Amino acid sequence: MIAPDDTVTIRVGQSEMGQGVITSCAKMVAEELECDWSKVRAEYVSVNRHFRENKVYKRLTTTSSSSVRLGRPYLQQAGASARERLMAAAAQTWGVPRSELTVKDGVITHTPTRRTLRYGQVAQKAAAIKLPAEPKIKTPDQYTLLKKPTKLLDVPPKVDGSATYGIDVRVPGMLYAAVKASPVFKGKLKSYNADAVKNRPGVHSVVEFSGDEIEAGVAVVADSYWHARTALDALPIEWDEGMHGNDTSEGFFKSSRAALDEPGAKVVTKKGDPEALLENAPQVVEAIYEVPYLDHVVMEPFNCTAQVTPERVDLWVGSQEPEGATIDASKITGVPVKNIYLHNCFLGGGFGRRGNQDDVRQAVAIAKQLEGRPVKVIWSREETTRHGYYRPMRVSRFRAALGPDGMPAAWTTRVVGLDENYPGDEQVLRGLHKLPYFVPNQLFDYHLRKTHVPTGPWTSVGRSQNEFFLETFVDELAHAAGQDPYHYRRALLEANAEFPFAKSWTQVLGAVVEKSGWGKQLPAGTGMGIAIGDSRRLTRTEITICAVVATVAVSKKGEVRVERLDVAVDTGPFLVNPLAAERQVEMQVAMGLAAVLRQEITIEKGRVVQGNFDTYPLLRPSEIPEINVYFVRATDDPIAGIGEEVVGWVAPAVCNAIFAVTGKRIRSLPLKRHDLSWV
Amino acid sequence: MLSLRVNGKAYNLDVEPETPLLWVIRDTIGLTGTKFGCGMALCGACTVHLNGKPVRSCVTRVSQAAGQEITTIEGLSADAQHPAQIAWREGDVPECGYCQSGQIMAAAACSRRIPTRPTPIFNGKSPTFAAAVRICVSVRRSTAQLNLQPNGDELTGGSDDSHSRNESQGIRSNDLRRWWGISARPLIS
Repeated sequence: MIAPDDTVTIRVGQSEMGQGVITSCAKMVAEELECDWSKVRAEYVSVNRHFRENKVYKRLTTTSSSSVRLGRPYLQQAGASARERLMAAAAQTWGVPRSELTVKDGVITHTPTRRTLRYGQVAQKAAAIKLPAEPKIKTPDQYTLLKKPTKLLDVPPKVDGSATYGIDVRVPGMLYAAVKASPVFKGKLKSYNADAVKNRPGVHSVVEFSGDEIEAGVAVVADSYWHARTALDALPIEWDEGMHGNDTSEGFFKSSRAALDEPGAKVVTKKGDPEALLENAPQVVEAIYEVPYLDHVVMEPFNCTAQVTPERVDLWVGSQEPEGATIDASKITGVPVKNIYLHNCFLGGGFGRRGNQDDVRQAVAIAKQLEGRPVKVIWSREETTRHGYYRPMRVSRFRAALGPDGMPAAWTTRVVGLDENYPGDEQVLRGLHKLPYFVPNQLFDYHLRKTHVPTGPWTSVGRSQNEFFLETFVDELAHAAGQDPYHYRRALLEANAEFPFAKSWTQVLGAVVEKSGWGKQLPAGTGMGIAIGDSRRLTRTEITICAVVATVAVSKKGEVRVERLDVAVDTGPFLVNPLAAERQVEMQVAMGLAAVLRQEITIEKGRVVQGNFDTYPLLRPSEIPEINVYFVRATDDPIAGIGEEVVGWVAPAVCNAIFAVTGKRIRSLPLKRHDLSWV
Repeated sequence: MLSLRVNGKAYNLDVEPETPLLWVIRDTIGLTGTKFGCGMALCGACTVHLNGKPVRSCVTRVSQAAGQEITTIEGLSADAQHPAQIAWREGDVPECGYCQSGQIMAAAACSRRIPTRPTPIFNGKSPTFAAAVRICVSVRRSTAQLNLQPNGDELTGGSDDSHSRNESQGIRSNDLRRWWGISARPLIS
């Protein structure tokens, strides 16, 4: 949309949660539009219009690092189309051929006469023009705006308090709700005594909620959140815990470990006869790895504001899946999607958590009972932590037989995944489904089991577990072979003739090794660890190669300080916004490090133990290491993305560095469970 | 009825005295720049100034703030031109941005020389309250940004003279580091 004053408003279908996506999406349009970037504004698309006009905005999902990967072609096309319509309007105005016109920064020039028109002057005319054919879009070598670092459009409202997150929405006549869902997942609400709280100040009502993919529970609705919250705390509630009231995550680990001894239910890779070789090999390395459930820890506690009438539903929420949320609201209310209006907001963090719509389904179920009054449902921090869709816990066993040269002649991997919801098997396989390293005999099989604990996508989706296993195990092999972990990996890559990206990998690996000073003399008690991967998935061809070197100090008493993380990332032919990309890398380092050091969700009596930041700690500012990001061009095709392509290698790099100092191999996380003292 | 002064404006409010200041600011007065993050003074997203001192409004009863000068992010400066806000913009500090109002208010409080120290509960010594927790590294960018300013320690405008009358215009990054517990990087146990 171009206003007479040349302001360009670009509507973005992707959700802003700190990754800089509204800036990146606007840039991809502006690259072709050739407008003045300083006049560009970004706003969210209308989700309702998307449904009414046959999915006019293509995709409204913001997951899987896909905004640039999947959005770029059609966003560039939209910008190019708009530019050509503006040019055609100018050509008509002057009665000259299009070929005599040029454009820069939103000013169209008729070259022979030097006459100019601004976009704002021809925009109205251009709106009526239909192009005979769609123009071609630029290739990366023709970019002038993309590739350059661009300041982020969402920063100014985030420093003066004016940015509206879902939790900030205020609607006339709005009530507030505090909620408590069944502490044991998949439990039921047995009874509650509404009379005990109905006379408390401001209390409007007490309502139940349950349904398809809605954890059963109870809400207190009041004239302010504090009235609702304090009344909820005073509300006597009895739960039917169902059959999971005695389940524990320790029990899940135990049964997963037992499953390691059963042949995998499904076989992914089988090459040669690794098991026979392992039986007779002189040197066998074996390790069992375990990682816990993790929460996403969005800084903005879960919330959704909903208004349900028989004719229309309005939703105000920060969502990674506004399309799915609209469909869910329609199912619950019976109101057709064309009469549902989801007003997307800034998200105070996402990490995959805000694409489950459980917040929306619950709020709609509550609002349905309030006779058309809008209600803002806010979860406490504890409720937010205890009702997640967690990063699945996982157990694995790796075995390798080393040949006389120290290289693996046979290798077996068995994984026991406890996943549900997303995306089934694939999350268990990712990263392990194709070994980048040369091993002539391989077996990879797995079990997929379920518990009552909800799981879902967590930044990097599967790799934060699998890459810890794989890159720790390779390190173990290097040590067993008496070789430098960097050179060992390099040799295994170079030997793998079947791996098309071996050269690109060694380039990224080489970059991080050089920049980090790998192999240099370090003070006593300080060591380095390395890890690499490429975010390969079963269902797509794009990759992003990333290599990490961690420099870590460990005191003799076992206190850990991560000094420095050097991260090299392949950019492919371009990064849409290097500034945003660098921030994304840094964010993933912080997220990965917090998980390595202390984070775990444990289950006792069927419910989550952790609640607030005291029991589920984030990284403290004093723990943020020096982070150095190096962008390397190691491949020729556009990369998969950069929103989650780094986090998986933080844990193995840090733990390999700890081994270098202490000689203690970390095979389970978080570190707080380990005694790292050394002599 | 309870009288409150927020950003220079007087309010007479019908709220229970034990209500956390945070919810009065957000729900009753309607200033939503101050955020709810944890409700336990752990994350700092709710930080506001009480007579110029930073407090966590989620654990401050509204009655404790009655009759005193409360400043929220919306009232920190006219036109968002406080040195901290300028630094945050110049360094592209926020990511998701949710806790940034609180972090900016914490930084801004360090610019005031009277009294320079944060109240004991926030002085970085208590392990529980050591500093705001972070999911991102915005804090690193903000300190980096402060270091980029001329005169080393000063963000802008202020002089090194601790009795300077222009004191509210300068952020002492050492105070900020102390607040965030950054000056001495402790080992993690």
